[in-house]
Amino acid sequence: MINRLLVAPGIVAEVMRMPGVNPVWSRLVPAIDSAGEPRTWHVLDNGVAPDVGTLLCVHGNPTWSYLWRRFLSGADPGWRVVAVDQLGMGYSERPNLPRTLASRIDDLDAITSELGIAGPVVLAAHDWGGPISLGWAERHLDQMAGLILTNTGVAVPLDADPPILIRLARSRVLRELVCARTKTFIRAAAALSWPQIPGEVRRALRAPYSSSQRRRAVAEFVADIPLEAGHPSRVVLDDIASRLGELGGVPTLLLWGPRDPVFTQRYLRDLQRRLPHADVHRYARASHLVMEDAPHAAEDAWMWMRSNLTTPARGPGSERPAPERALDRQPAPGPTLLRSVGVAAGSDDCPAIAELGRGETQVISFAGLRDRVGALADGLRRVGVRPGHRIALLVPPGLDLTTTVYACWQSGAVIVVADAGLGWRRMADSLRSADPDYLIGIPAAVAAAAAFQLPGVRVVAGEVPRHLRQRLGIQHSMEELVTAGNGSAFLDASRGNLDPGSAQSSEAAVLFTSGATGPPKGVVYRHQQLLAQLEQVRALCDVNPDDRLVAAFAPFALYGPALGIGAVVPRMDVTKPGTLTAARLADAAAAINATLVFASPAALRNVVATSAELTAEQLSALARIRLVLSAGAPVSVTLLRSLREILPRAELHTPYGMTEALPLTDISLSELEEAGSGNGVCVGRPLPGVQIQISPLDPLGVAAGPPDPSLEVSGEICVSAAHVKDRYDRLWATEKASSRDPGWHRSGDVGHLDRAGRLWVEGRLMHVITTADGPLTPVGVEQRIEAKSPVTGAAVVGVGPRGTQQVVAIVVPQTRAAVGLASHQLASAVRAAAEVRVAAVLVVGALPVDIRHAAKIDRQRLARWAERVLAGARAGRP
Amino acid sequence: MLVTGASGMLGRGVARALSDRGDRVTVLQRRPAGLGLPEVLTDISDGAAVRTAVSNQDAVIHLAAKVNVVGPEAEYERINVHGTRAVVNACLTAGVRRLVHVSSPSVAHAGSSLIGHGAHPADPVAARGPYARSKAAAELIALDGDSAELAVVAVRPHVVWGPGDTQLVARVVDRARRGRLPFIGSGAALVDTTYVDNAVEALTAALDHCVDARGQALVVTNGEPRPVAELIAAMCRAAGVPEPSWRVPVGLARAGGTVVESLWTLTQGLRRGRTDDDPPLTRFLVEQLSTAHWFDQRLARQVLQWQPRVSLDDGFAELQRWYTHGGSAAPVDPR
Repeated sequence: MINRLLVAPGIVAEVMRMPGVNPVWSRLVPAIDSAGEPRTWHVLDNGVAPDVGTLLCVHGNPTWSYLWRRFLSGADPGWRVVAVDQLGMGYSERPNLPRTLASRIDDLDAITSELGIAGPVVLAAHDWGGPISLGWAERHLDQMAGLILTNTGVAVPLDADPPILIRLARSRVLRELVCARTKTFIRAAAALSWPQIPGEVRRALRAPYSSSQRRRAVAEFVADIPLEAGHPSRVVLDDIASRLGELGGVPTLLLWGPRDPVFTQRYLRDLQRRLPHADVHRYARASHLVMEDAPHAAEDAWMWMRSNLTTPARGPGSERPAPERALDRQPAPGPTLLRSVGVAAGSDDCPAIAELGRGETQVISFAGLRDRVGALADGLRRVGVRPGHRIALLVPPGLDLTTTVYACWQSGAVIVVADAGLGWRRMADSLRSADPDYLIGIPAAVAAAAAFQLPGVRVVAGEVPRHLRQRLGIQHSMEELVTAGNGSAFLDASRGNLDPGSAQSSEAAVLFTSGATGPPKGVVYRHQQLLAQLEQVRALCDVNPDDRLVAAFAPFALYGPALGIGAVVPRMDVTKPGTLTAARLADAAAAINATLVFASPAALRNVVATSAELTAEQLSALARIRLVLSAGAPVSVTLLRSLREILPRAELHTPYGMTEALPLTDISLSELEEAGSGNGVCVGRPLPGVQIQISPLDPLGVAAGPPDPSLEVSGEICVSAAHVKDRYDRLWATEKASSRDPGWHRSGDVGHLDRAGRLWVEGRLMHVITTADGPLTPVGVEQRIEAKSPVTGAAVVGVGPRGTQQVVAIVVPQTRAAVGLASHQLASAVRAAAEVRVAAVLVVGALPVDIRHAAKIDRQRLARWAERVLAGARAGRP
Repeated sequence: MLVTGASGMLGRGVARALSDRGDRVTVLQRRPAGLGLPEVLTDISDGAAVRTAVSNQDAVIHLAAKVNVVGPEAEYERINVHGTRAVVNACLTAGVRRLVHVSSPSVAHAGSSLIGHGAHPADPVAARGPYARSKAAAELIALDGDSAELAVVAVRPHVVWGPGDTQLVARVVDRARRGRLPFIGSGAALVDTTYVDNAVEALTAALDHCVDARGQALVVTNGEPRPVAELIAAMCRAAGVPEPSWRVPVGLARAGGTVVESLWTLTQGLRRGRTDDDPPLTRFLVEQLSTAHWFDQRLARQVLQWQPRVSLDDGFAELQRWYTHGGSAAPVDPR
């Protein structure tokens, strides 16, 4: 037997020495292959008795079972985990003849029966291991307890341009060169990752493919991709794809690396369409080798198995119902956001939206808005928009955005809104993660969508010359759709309500977090949750029909029509809150006799800074404002006091919340003054219908326990309310972690409730400093430093290993100083103010903050920088 | 109790503290320590003399060591390795119950940055320089003596300083007064130190909890690392001498050639012993002055049930008082 191996003896020892491999896993197993020949397979097998089940892992090309090592090391008790090296690959035997898809399925069958894999099986597959294992799964339906697919696909389109690497590899000569004779293909597979995979892992991944002889199967694997209609493996692949529906009852998890140039998002979309019950987690930064780029993917997979495979044994013929999907549900009767547009309006002739441009002011009445919304909704339906379709909106707040949002809802579509404040690249990444079916944008945004190759039928809101339309892939314009819709029967708002797509339980929106602490996350809302949010805003502002709103804060700007009150959008660039000046705010207020203002703290800072320019007329317009609402970031008492000088009649409210749940608490200036200073920022008491509890921090800064109503205890802020998000979008593991306590959303913020029932926010959970004396939250310390030492800004971070971190204060001094160690005087002043032990005080020119609120400090970035500086390295600026 | 090496700052402090609390203390070193306590004057490697000194003792705190960075390697071997072996053998022979061996964090590392490290095992092969190598071997010998009859704990105080310190503080102050004290690199490397009173209390705590802590090596510091430039500047301020005002880039210093006296390794074992000539600036010293060295204190605090009582800033205030009230501003010439 051994002499048949084309591999050197001692291969097991080689595997045993590789990082992350338990030496006992590596096994050589003889079995009869698909052609009836005796062969030797190499497998990684944890050898555990499969009391619960077996996890069978199948690699693709050009990798091997090593890819699955973390699935073995992280295995739950009672699980046998087997990762097979396919014949010709890894450390399995090199057969003389090329394998095909069909023979590889037979080979997998042969080795699994030799290994005695019986009983419930969860299949995990990557790359071209996907079709092979799905072929196996369709033969063993009675055994299938779960399915985990990562960057793979079953539908290879005939028309698509495969990536350059695959195309090169298609020509026989080049294939030999790229795949077998040189290591190009082997190296390229691991080179797709950024940041780079560690060297020792890359070496382990290519170790079994050291000679052209040993790489033969890599080339043959590429040749077996059925890109052409007449390819022998085409019929096998098509059969696998067509039978995928048979796996409808099998819990499925799709783990995806979106930066993969081979298995692109179209394959994810195709798999989601075929397996609509699948849970999805996209690792925003991962490429083709998902398990390497997102090392916790294995841990997430095990968490998923724990939560989804509670009944592992499944007798033949028994049916496992797929999780209920919202779109399959019958629409529930009840109000929708749309109905409120019409119902609440005092009069059809009242202005609904005013948009202040350069010199001119555009105004539309409620009746006009309703007509335009109805026309656009109908136009959208005519070009194929269906309930549940996702429509990305890249339109600045104003008349067009409001029209588009309500038209999307009326047609049953889900709006996808990413903040232009994220910057084009992150916004494009965000939108791509939501995989929109349509994209409506102003010309610049559509051009960017074309440049970033965003998916979705492109609709332009504005004028684009004809020759450019084609080049930018623009299929429709908003005006064309409105006109097409106008020609049809008049659609009133109530008819829109009857549309099943607009019912309460259906999805309404995907909004994105600001990404201050990682890639922006998509947050899915259903209509009922947005309605609950609307009611919170209505109650918070005590809205009455005579109110008029200045909408300078994007999330709430859209609610004017739904609240039944007129709204005006001031002349500003919403992506830059600092472009709202006092004069522009006053002009907007004057345009509709506004009584309410929604604006972000950053915008209000600039309003105060520019208040000197106000004329008497503008001041009197501002004097009519009765309420200002500012959310998104903490607002200082100083700023609120300055605001009161130009808004003398206004109550100033600063609700607390996040993209996932807003608003949650509220506090007014007088309540803020009454609260005084404490550990963190006081954000007031929970709003009616909102429950807030704290999951206490343990000594290592982990909020492990359940939400707890105790007062004066610091921990993760957990919230429960009707307007909390439905879930994170395509982030199964993130969602699972955030909602692991049923009925609660874990906010990722840390804080405490005081004896008066007020919530204090102390920072982000991931910014908690874990000293040897216990966890320390940053915000309270920062506030003391800012209040009592000569600095304009301060961030407090931890350096060193968790549990024994040292506290470092990073400050922006009032008087300019060089970046680096603070002077003795400054350091002493900061240490005295901090009231905690500060190991070092470092000076920077400015603190890195998020774009959306210009307020959330990127403490992780500062901590990394501080760690470099304080290790003695030359570190430059943060 | 026997305290070996009671002529240095730390040794004197330990002997006094034990005697003040009522323990019957004998001290052992080569020259009279002038503490008014019973003394044995001998070389620590003299096995017979050490045996005699140890007999009838309940416990031993072993501080005697050669701490300089220069000198023939054989001297380190003799004093640190053979001396420790003599003490351990004497303890075992005499039936002493507890031995606190004073070691150094340098026994476990190879000169790179240490950021929040715990106490890794001593490694005579990786340790840098004759002092660290010999102390690493000594610690292994001491811990090897831990047995049913004798409880041994190794305590590694990191950079002990305080009033009367002839090693770090006096050298810094002396060089700074002569304008010969530069910073190397940014001066931002975070460095742990131990104020002498805290080190004394950690050692007496080690004596008291020797049985619970037996067989372990524990790093002891103030738990308040500071950028090295701040530490040096604070010492200068306390002594009323100008702070360093010039800087040597790490690259230049590392390139060598220049002979710049060092502050650091000179004083790594600065608990006791003698000052000889300053060595030239070596690559190792540059690393020491430009890389972080601070430690995970949780295990030591838990096992010894000890907390540093005097904060760094209180320590500097104490140092300033000492200089103001006639503390010798010049380094004490040991010869």
